[in-house]
Amino acid sequence: MSEAHLTSAAATGHGHHRGFPAADFNEEHRVQVGMACFICSEAAFFSTLIVAYITYLGKDTIGPTPAEVLRWPLVIAGTIALVSSSFTVHWANSALRQGDLSAFRRWLAATILLGIAFLAGTAAEWRDLIVEHGLTIGTNLFGTTYFTLVGFHALHVTVGVIVLTLMLALSAKRFVSQQHQVGFEVVSWYWHLVDSVWLVVFTVVYVIGR
Amino acid sequence: MAVLDHPAENVSPPVAQRAPSWATTLDHKQIGILYIITSLIFMAVGGLEALIIRAQLWVPDSHLVGPDMFNQLFTMHGTTMVFFVVMPMLFGFGNYLIPLMIGARDMAFPRLNAFSYWMFAFGGTLTYLSFLAGGAPNVGWFAYAPLTEYAFSRDHSTDYWILGLMVSGIGTTATAVNLVTTILVMRAPGMSLARVPLFVWMMMFDGVLLIFALPPFTAAAIMLLLDRGLGAHFFDTQAGGSALLWQHLFWFFGHPEVYIMALPAFGIISEVVPVFSRKVIFGYESVAAATVVIGVISMGVWAHHMFTVGMSDALDAIFSGASFLIAVPTGIKMFNWIATIYGGKIRMQSPMLFAVGFLAMFLIGGLTGIMLAAVPIDWQVSDSYFVVGHFHYVLFGGSLFAIMAAYYFWFPKMTGRLLSERLARWHFWLMLAGFNLTFFPMHIAGLLGMPRRIYTYSADRGWTIWNQLSTVGAMLLAVSFLFFFWNLFVSWRRGESSGDDPWDAWTLEWATTSPPAHYNFEEIPIVRSRRPLWDLKHPEDPDWEHE
Ligand code: HEM
Ligand SMILES: [Cu+2]
Repeated sequence: MSEAHLTSAAATGHGHHRGFPAADFNEEHRVQVGMACFICSEAAFFSTLIVAYITYLGKDTIGPTPAEVLRWPLVIAGTIALVSSSFTVHWANSALRQGDLSAFRRWLAATILLGIAFLAGTAAEWRDLIVEHGLTIGTNLFGTTYFTLVGFHALHVTVGVIVLTLMLALSAKRFVSQQHQVGFEVVSWYWHLVDSVWLVVFTVVYVIGR
Repeated sequence: MAVLDHPAENVSPPVAQRAPSWATTLDHKQIGILYIITSLIFMAVGGLEALIIRAQLWVPDSHLVGPDMFNQLFTMHGTTMVFFVVMPMLFGFGNYLIPLMIGARDMAFPRLNAFSYWMFAFGGTLTYLSFLAGGAPNVGWFAYAPLTEYAFSRDHSTDYWILGLMVSGIGTTATAVNLVTTILVMRAPGMSLARVPLFVWMMMFDGVLLIFALPPFTAAAIMLLLDRGLGAHFFDTQAGGSALLWQHLFWFFGHPEVYIMALPAFGIISEVVPVFSRKVIFGYESVAAATVVIGVISMGVWAHHMFTVGMSDALDAIFSGASFLIAVPTGIKMFNWIATIYGGKIRMQSPMLFAVGFLAMFLIGGLTGIMLAAVPIDWQVSDSYFVVGHFHYVLFGGSLFAIMAAYYFWFPKMTGRLLSERLARWHFWLMLAGFNLTFFPMHIAGLLGMPRRIYTYSADRGWTIWNQLSTVGAMLLAVSFLFFFWNLFVSWRRGESSGDDPWDAWTLEWATTSPPAHYNFEEIPIVRSRRPLWDLKHPEDPDWEHE
């Protein structure tokens, strides 16, 4: 076979692939697609916990029941905080895209604070449930499913807060700039996922389940 | 000389630099080989367990191993074969081949890829460490609750099972993300999704299935762990928990898992059959579309494993009907492979031998599967050896025969050497004979009423002869695998040199050197048809002029 028959990217001007060791096509989409897949798997994971919660709604043989112990005010405040944080993280992302780093840091800090506020609300609620009402994961089916579902959600919020805090710290050291916008964008997707999951959890646990 | 790679002296891949350390490698080819070698080790172990099971069942009232040891053996055998042999072996081939087939230099996330491998290796090892910690898991590979609850399983063996599978499961989820992303974004210019090799198509859908089916299993495993460790009540019937929930969650994963093991096997067959029939695959589109249909339906039939637990008749009927449906896309694939062979210039070399073996064995497994999907038949033979016969025809006759075809087909790509055809033939015929002798009699024993998972039986049942045939077959199988391992070993060291493209194949992995340089392709190829290498070899009559 003669060299003339070789077709290659270089021959048609797609020369950017040259160089060692790797140069990828569509590199810009890699992180997004990866995160989208990961988010799907997370959604499947939470769906399972939610199915378990719904399966056991009202099947308890002993109390306390959700209606007896779940309190509205705290959880509504927490929900408002978490929902707002979806907006702030979105604005942080837009600011980063426009290269406005100080606005980026402001919105990012706001997101982190809202996330922490939500976690504080969860902590207060758990303290109330455990100390005041003696409800633990071993008390009854409600305790079992409640602490598992809400606990795994809180764990995800915690991970998100840690990642966002890291990004804030890095950007304070000038390590984050416009070129990291895609990286931040997928982190914001994760945050939106955690937020959406919460809306389902809220509906199932606090609205329907009560 | 490789078609698309410069001669070695131009690129001078520094061999010493190329393989500094397998333990820290991020190269998809090395990770692929690590997967393959590790899963071969697990296969030897799982096979040994199967042999002990069969030895125990050789005569009635046998006392070779006690009932307790027997439980551990079949649990570890099933768990090993599914999670630590078939799946990682397929990931090994996927890892090695996919970037080469789509003209990429690596997977999308090389670090994540290495992470996945090490999670698998660690999870598998962890499960086996249970032997040192007082006893292996003994609750079946499905770990039904409440048998697995603390009340009935007081030692730590079940915890080892849960943790080992969770660890490797996290790695597998990462693999799935990596596979899908790689195939979606790393393709060479011109390689549209309608042009990727069918193996790539099926690995991508495998990833999709894993992404949706595996996390529910992880969640269920966590629930079980919480029950056992923290006194939660998910599956505790005393507190209102449900044993059925475990079954639903397990089989919601467990059934798609069968297709997770089968789809890549279908992919392998779809690559091997055309090359050795010297014909383009018949109905590329319908094979790809059937993959999607199989994937979707397989997520909706899990409860056919639960006909005997007493769901409602309506549910039984729905799940039975959905299970029958799967035969349609599978039949389409079968039809396409056979139509590809039909009228072809067939070369019966070892990869093709195993591919044809796959077609015949998988067909039998598929037919008994249809029988089991009929509720009255299932009620009759559920949890009998009929089922054991059925799923071995699918998993062993299906997945593993296809994987063997993959070994013979791609070994030259990985090593630059051919496997011995003579040893391959010994392997094939012994395996085919041993396989049928082992697993066909199980159907009969099952119809005669022999239940699954019993450690012994009395002589007056009439099962003795069928068990003895099975055991002899298992010995034959073991011998056939000795030929396989011996072949791998000697051919790897001094096999006949294969050149870059020993089978005159058409997909891109054969366009580079064998074994490929670290970066796969010096120049990323441009793709214009489904058979890019054909186009390169036959510029006077390229495929893309006809597409
Ligand atoms: C040398 C080849 C093999 C032999 C002789 C063999 C034999 C057996 C036998 C006798 C059992 C039934 C144990 C019982 O229920 O009492 C069994 C179970 C099983 N085998 Fe195999 N097997 C072989 C290969 C495989 C392969 C390649 C797979 C592939 C994935 C596999 C998957 C399973 C599974 C999932 C179970 C169910 C275990 C359980 O009930 O917990 N086996 N095997
Ligand atoms: Cu099934």
